[in-house]
Amino acid sequence: MVTSITSYGRSGTADWLMQRVSAVILLAYFLCIGGFLVTTPDLSFDVWSSYFNTRAMRIFSLLAIISIAAHAWIGIWGVSTDYLTTRMAGANGDTLRWIFQAACAVLIFVYFVWTIEILWGV
Amino acid sequence: MLNVSIYRYNPATDKAPYMQDIQVDTGGRDMMVLDLLEMVKTNDTTMSYRRSCREGVCGSDGVNMNGKNGLACITPLSEVVKNNKLVLRPLPGLPVIRDLVVDMGQFYKQYEKVKPFLLNDTPAPAIERLQSPEDRAKLDGLYECILCACCSTACPSFWWNPDRFIGPSGLLQAYRFLADSRDEATEQRLADLDDPFSVFRCHGIQNCVSVCPKGLNPTKAIGHIRNMLLGRAT
Ligand code: SF4
Ligand code: SF4
Ligand code: FES
Repeated sequence: MVTSITSYGRSGTADWLMQRVSAVILLAYFLCIGGFLVTTPDLSFDVWSSYFNTRAMRIFSLLAIISIAAHAWIGIWGVSTDYLTTRMAGANGDTLRWIFQAACAVLIFVYFVWTIEILWGV
Repeated sequence: MLNVSIYRYNPATDKAPYMQDIQVDTGGRDMMVLDLLEMVKTNDTTMSYRRSCREGVCGSDGVNMNGKNGLACITPLSEVVKNNKLVLRPLPGLPVIRDLVVDMGQFYKQYEKVKPFLLNDTPAPAIERLQSPEDRAKLDGLYECILCACCSTACPSFWWNPDRFIGPSGLLQAYRFLADSRDEATEQRLADLDDPFSVFRCHGIQNCVSVCPKGLNPTKAIGHIRNMLLGRAT
């Protein structure tokens, strides 16, 4: 059976699993940050930035960024192959989908690099 | 008098489909939607629909009644009529051949893809391939499907990708053979389903479950297939 070259893992099972795993990681990450915000009464820039500079938080943050990129890509890919097709969007559906996917891929990459720069740039 | 609105389209004479409003005298009796269709057809022989067994066995009279798919022959008016009105349309998502008759080609193509027959290369024993009662019980809730297409044509994922998503009906049958102790092609069957469309376009909306006239649960079967795929991948 032909799979699609633009799907994330080229296997529906891999995509599905990745989508679930990344969702759990993101949930845990935001709960963690939320918990920190709630339990820290005097939040200053120093407290906030030293919190992100611990090794555990660095690893966790990187994991979360990778997860969000993968999660976004699989989601975008799924939605675009549902609605941006020749069946749903007319004769130019395939071109539209290609442009949309390319634009999203670039955008996700830009955000990815940008986030790393914000967290660890000088 | 019951207000009935029927989707009409004869490609030979009509430029576009239209809804025909008619009043039908049911004499206040409850009856099956199919009986109503027969009454309409007696007065207007150009109106077309499919039917055969008239008892929910053949699966030919799947139609959309007041927005919900079902078999006309086993759906009483009392179950679907709202405010004395009944809107009848062909099953959604498939090309219309005429009036309530749809082209089931795409649906059957997906059914074919799952190889709905036993694959077993072991030489057949003298009498028959035996199956324990426990193994046979695993096929309950799967083998009863009559391929009426009510489920697949109620599924948004099938509307969007009818050529790539197998759809609830085909997947129920895929699992029927994955679950059969006499079938030897489990690995090949799973490999054929592993792409991002065949199984994984199911988003668990369960429209299929709510319309199946046989009370079957395609979503559950799809869940079993997904677990088998995950077991194989990890
Ligand atoms: S549960 Fe899956 S197969 Fe059933 S209607 Fe929803 S998307 Fe379609
Ligand atoms: S699963 Fe139910 S609704 Fe779907 S084709 Fe089979 S009998 Fe019809
Ligand atoms: S006519 Fe056979 S199922 Fe309705």
